[in-house]
Order: sequence, then C-alpha cells, then structure tokens
Amino acid sequence: MTRLTLTRAWAATILFAAFAILPMIAQALGDSYLIVIATRILAYAIAALALDLILGYGGMVSFGHAAYLGIGAYAVAILGRAGITDLGAHMLAAIAVAAVFALITGAISLRTRGIYFIMITLAFAQMGYFFFVSLSAYGGDDGVTLNARSTVFGQPLLENNTALYYTALALLIGLYLLAVAITRSRFGRVLTGARENPLRMQAIGFSPFRYQLTAYVISGCMASIAGVMLANQASYVSPSYMDWHRSGELVVMVVFGGIGNLLGAVAGATIALLLEEWLALLTKHWPILFGLILVLVVLYSRDGLSGFFRRNRS
Amino acid sequence: MTNLFLLQLLNGMQFGILLFLIAAGLTLVFGIMDFVNLAHGVVYMVGAYLVVTFTSLTGSYGLGLLLTLPATLLVGLVLELSVFRRLYERPHLDQVLATFGLVMIITEGVQVIWGAAPLSVPMPELLSGSVPLIGAMRYPVFRLVIIAAGLLTALGLYLVIGHTRIGMRLRAGASNRAMVAALGVDIGKLFTVIFAFGAMLAGFAGAMVAPVLTVDPGMGEQVLILAFVVIVIGGIGSVRGAFAGALLVGLVDTLGRSFGPILLRAVMEPAAAGQAGRVLAPMLVYILMAVILAVRPSGLFGAKT
Repeated sequence: MTRLTLTRAWAATILFAAFAILPMIAQALGDSYLIVIATRILAYAIAALALDLILGYGGMVSFGHAAYLGIGAYAVAILGRAGITDLGAHMLAAIAVAAVFALITGAISLRTRGIYFIMITLAFAQMGYFFFVSLSAYGGDDGVTLNARSTVFGQPLLENNTALYYTALALLIGLYLLAVAITRSRFGRVLTGARENPLRMQAIGFSPFRYQLTAYVISGCMASIAGVMLANQASYVSPSYMDWHRSGELVVMVVFGGIGNLLGAVAGATIALLLEEWLALLTKHWPILFGLILVLVVLYSRDGLSGFFRRNRS
Repeated sequence: MTNLFLLQLLNGMQFGILLFLIAAGLTLVFGIMDFVNLAHGVVYMVGAYLVVTFTSLTGSYGLGLLLTLPATLLVGLVLELSVFRRLYERPHLDQVLATFGLVMIITEGVQVIWGAAPLSVPMPELLSGSVPLIGAMRYPVFRLVIIAAGLLTALGLYLVIGHTRIGMRLRAGASNRAMVAALGVDIGKLFTVIFAFGAMLAGFAGAMVAPVLTVDPGMGEQVLILAFVVIVIGGIGSVRGAFAGALLVGLVDTLGRSFGPILLRAVMEPAAAGQAGRVLAPMLVYILMAVILAVRPSGLFGAKT
C-alpha cells in the first residue's frame, strides 16, 4: 500500500466512524431532527459516490443522475402499494429498472461526446420526470405518501429513524468499498485510460464504449439505491426527486468534494446539504446565496476545482 | 377532425417557432464558443417578466416589447462580461456548474422582485381578435403574429449569417476559432456580440409569449431542456438545424398530445388509450431525439464526426 492510499483509508475510517457515533451525539443533544438530516446526507452521499465513479474516473459528466433517485424512490412506492414491502425486493427492483434505463439511455448518450453527453443525459432524465408526472395513479405531480417504510424480514424495523440511519450508513460503506474496488481493478484502469485517451485505448485492444457503458450502468444502479433510501426517509415520493435541479445538486456535491476521489463525494454531499440547511436558516431566498457561492467557487477556486479535467483535455 | 388537425398544426408551429427563438441563440453559443449555457432559459423568463413591468409602466404592450429588447440585450452583456467570458477556456463541467449557479440566483431573484405568484400581461387590443379558419373554426391573431415574427427572425438570421460581414466572421469563428483570431478578428468582441444577441432573442421569445401564457418562475426551465433537445436534434452550431429541429419538436409535441390518445384508441380500449396517451405524449420528443441520435449522432445538420 502506498502512503496515499493509507492516508485515504484513515480518512475514510475517521469519516465513517464520525457518522457511526452521530446518533449518540444527537441523542445526547436531544435533537431528533439531526438524524433526519444525517440520513438524507447519507442517501445523497450514495448518489454522489455513484456519480463520481463515472464523472471522476470515466470523465462522463452526467447531468441526469436524479433520474435514478426517482427510479429508486418509485420502486418503493409502487411495490409498496402492490403489497410487497421487503427492502431487499425494493432494492432489487430499483436496481433492475435502473440498469435497463441506464443501458438504453447510456448506449445512446455514449455515442456522443462532451456537450452533447451533458445535454442528452439531462434530456433523458427530464423524460423520466414527465413520465412520473403523468402517472396519475401515483399522484402525478403531487406525488404519493408511503403507507409504511420498507420492511426487513417482514419486520417494520426501519420505522425507527435510527435503524434507518444505520441501514443507510451500512449501504454507503458497502458501496464505497465496492466503488474503491472497482476503481482499483483492471476494469477501473481501463475506464480511466478511456477518459485519458480513448484512441490509444482502442489501439491497444480495448473498446472504450463497452467499459464506459458498463460503468454508467453500475453508477445508475448505485444511485437508485440512494432513491430507495430517500423515499424511506421522507415516507413520500414525488417526481421532484427527478427534477433537473437535483441532478445539478449531485454534480455540485461531487465537485465540492473533489472530483475523482470517492471519499470526496461523501464529503461533498455533507458539505452541500449542510450549507443548504444553514443558508435556509438565514433566509427564505437561500438559493441566491447558494448560487452565488457556486459561481464564486467555480470562478475563483484555484485550479478551477476540476483542473484534473483541464489537464487531461486534449 | 381536419379542423382540429389544422388548429393543432398551427399551435405546434407556434410552439416550434418559440423554441427556435430560444434555441437559435443557444446553438450559436454552443457551436461557436463550445460553451454550455444552462442560464439561457432564465433569460427567456426575465424577458417575460420585463415585458410585464414595462407594459404596465407604459400602458402599451408594443412599447413594453420595444423596451424589453434592449433590456435583455443588456442582461446578456452583463452576464457575458461578468461571468461567461471567464469560462470559455474552462472545461464543460465548470461551465455547467457556474451557469447552474446563475440559474439558482436569477430564478430566486425574480421571485424576490416580482413574487412567486404567476403574472400575466393583457393582450394588446389590436391583436386580440381571431381570424376564421375553415368553417366555424377561428384562430387567435396574436398566435399568428408570433409565428410571423418568428419566421421573420429566422429569415433575418439567415440573411445576417449567410450574407453579411459579421455573419462571415461568425461562420469562420465556428469552424476555426484560432485561425480567425490569428487573422486579426477580435474574437472576444465577436463572442460578446453573439452572446448578447442570443440573450436578446431569448428575451424576445419570452416577451412574445407573455400575453398567451402565464409568466411564472418555472417557465424558463421547461423550454431550456426542450431547446437542448432541439439543438441536439438539429446539430450543435447550426441555425438551420435549430429551425428544423424546433419545428419538428413543436409539431411532434403538440400533435402527440392531442392526437396520441386518439390514435391509440384505434388499437386499445378508450380508457387505457387515454391513460397511455397521457403518459406517452410528453415523452415523444425525447424518444424522437433518441431515434435521431441513434441514426445520426451529430444531429440532422451537424458536421459529421
């Protein structure tokens, strides 16, 4: 192990340990809202992690990842109404639908590059948004309130906010380890190679398209799990999960935390959501401040935050 | 049935023309500056809000429209000089993020100034009538005016881009930016002009539809994403492509919404057809985009890659 990966392992341990003792702190403070925010942070961290996998390592700027949040959330709502309440079933359904959606839209989007890719992923997410808006059986625009959260082995364990929190944390840690393993594997190296120089990768016998598409599908499936968690946390599902603003926020999280550094995505989700909560306390019109911070960060942060990309742009 | 079809055909054309006005500026900025601008939709929205204010100040929609044009041109100039010009050399990701920040600022800012409730502007007396179509059907004059204004703009753009000096520079800039700069054209100034002009076109579109639609803070976002679809279909950087793409999207969307359920009824039960039609209709333009991309990845009029 090199020193860098060791440092990263330490950082990850500290960050996840901090998350693990948070419910106790919340209990000591008697602040039950803290755990609600923290669960949302964990769910968004899963989605940001998924996005970082393709954005940071694959160089694919997807501006439509909120679609997968929506797919996961609606998997809970639709199966729940059909009487299937098991968390495992919800996640499997979410992953299956997300995989199909990612495979089709990814195959089309990946035929293009750069600006086109950003716009097409955005457009496909919007298509999903309108699909659920017009699904009147599930409340259309207004969404639908869940009767109950997902069950585990037939038990309503997740009705307890702390149990839900730890479930989300376990999923995040598991997916983080999976993502680290993916980036270190041969597959991950080919993916990074395809970002750096697709032509050269092709010349040495790899087909970048296949690797990129596989990564895109994996990322979509991971993000759909975040949707399952979000739906359970809010006990409410609506098309607003797929709003393009939400896709934008996911990209912001990844960038805030530092691109191509999976732990950064977790940190970025934490920073972005806490910033939102804090600004919302200051003023009702907090998006002005958030937007301003965003513009200033992009304009003035040294190395443009994504200097990583610039250096690699041919 | 033919009457309804004609009516919806005109509605679709009007919607397409509107999309063209927005997409034209956007595609030039995309194609020539290689710049992703998510904030283009909010300029359209600002145009609509400005015409509401100017109309109530001057008491005349015509004057309000005349004031809105330079005002949105100014908005474009301010945005270009303060933010966008620092981003041209940046990666697309930075451009997306910064313009996303601007969308948040302007959308919320509009609500601070004008409130969150939808506004409307009264239809000018002179154009509030309707003209007879076939039989008893009538069509509002104002919508015809929108179509005419859009077509005139398209013609104007065609002439400017194809047959003037600045248009020549613009086309040259699109195909080889560095070469044009080396030949002594101030490419920075050219970018500023194109940008401000594109913003004015979007503002014009917003001002034109204000009497027909309600003016609300969400109006910019829907058209922005449809304008993206138009550009992707037409091919980035091609104004001709934007025109064809906009009409195609406008017609498919409008006709799909009204005739989709009717067509489905031929193969399904009426209730199921209605439901399926409502779900499928809003997705049609995106499916159209997917099909076109599958066949031609760089769009209908895009350069082959």
